[in-house]
Amino acid sequence: MSDVQGQQHPLSTYFWVWGGLFVLSVLSYLVDISPFEGLLKWSLITLFMLLKAALIVAIFMHMIWERMSIALTILVPTGVLLFLMLLMAIEGDYISASRLAFFSQ
Amino acid sequence: MSESAPKGTLATGMEGFVHDWSSDQQVFKGVPWGKAMMWIFLLSDTFIFACFLVGYMKVRIAATDPWPDASSVFALNFMGVEVPLLLIAIMTFVLISSSGTMALAVKYGYERNRKKTFALLMATALLGLTFVGMQVFEWAKLIEDGVRPWGNPFGAAQFGASFFLITGFHGTHVTIGVIFLLIIAFKVKRGSLETQRPGFLTGRKGRYEMVETVGLYWHFVDLVWVFIFAFFYLW
Repeated sequence: MSDVQGQQHPLSTYFWVWGGLFVLSVLSYLVDISPFEGLLKWSLITLFMLLKAALIVAIFMHMIWERMSIALTILVPTGVLLFLMLLMAIEGDYISASRLAFFSQ
Repeated sequence: MSESAPKGTLATGMEGFVHDWSSDQQVFKGVPWGKAMMWIFLLSDTFIFACFLVGYMKVRIAATDPWPDASSVFALNFMGVEVPLLLIAIMTFVLISSSGTMALAVKYGYERNRKKTFALLMATALLGLTFVGMQVFEWAKLIEDGVRPWGNPFGAAQFGASFFLITGFHGTHVTIGVIFLLIIAFKVKRGSLETQRPGFLTGRKGRYEMVETVGLYWHFVDLVWVFIFAFFYLW
């Protein structure tokens, strides 16, 4: 099995991703100390978070070089978690409304 | 009745079940078994962390007391100035740096550069230990401030429970990752991956894909922190 060479990518690819992750982290920190509020703040935080996650999974974890069978096996069930998030958000809203209606003094 | 199926046809029923599962069929072609299984494990781990984070989201939405402001709760007094999230920001950069050194370790592992791979794995482990150390400091500070799983002086009681559960579980992952990194680093230094020396515990032959497999785990730990950083500290 010595013919297996594994993943080979130029050094610059890794350094670009590394730098990108640093920049995105700085940006999300800046959003936190900036006067941005509400939807703008949340969407920026989420955007930077998703970009960082995509960079790590795609390049550092070599997902874009893997076969489609692995990529789909991992990413599709993970995507379904968004549905769980939606359901629990609705449920949380309902509980919050119930508490305010019945337990607030 | 019990005669074996003729060559070239697939058996059916229970016998077929046994045949299929004992055959050399595989879904994940072109990757080592260990790497495919690490991906499957990470998928299950994704679901665990997702349950924690979604649960945190739910209790935060449903909480009637105001949620503590993470920026000021986690602020650190630096030279007389309250800097918001200072420690968390440093922890984030430490973990991202460790992800970078890990990615390079995998690359040099495949190039059979033992010296560089070992050094980069040790650097990754050291950064991981730094992260855990800072987390211990953070926990100690919060406990001193009166934050408990059942209540805290800043607002909604669910804050402490979410914080200790999520960061505690993540910190455990980092600690386990450091142990695995040290084991693989030792194997690289000893040359076990070159000579395909069987492992002490599993008996599996050493190979350089092991560096990539432990790397997948480590990047995953960094990945989870990206979400914790955004949802718990920044949101």
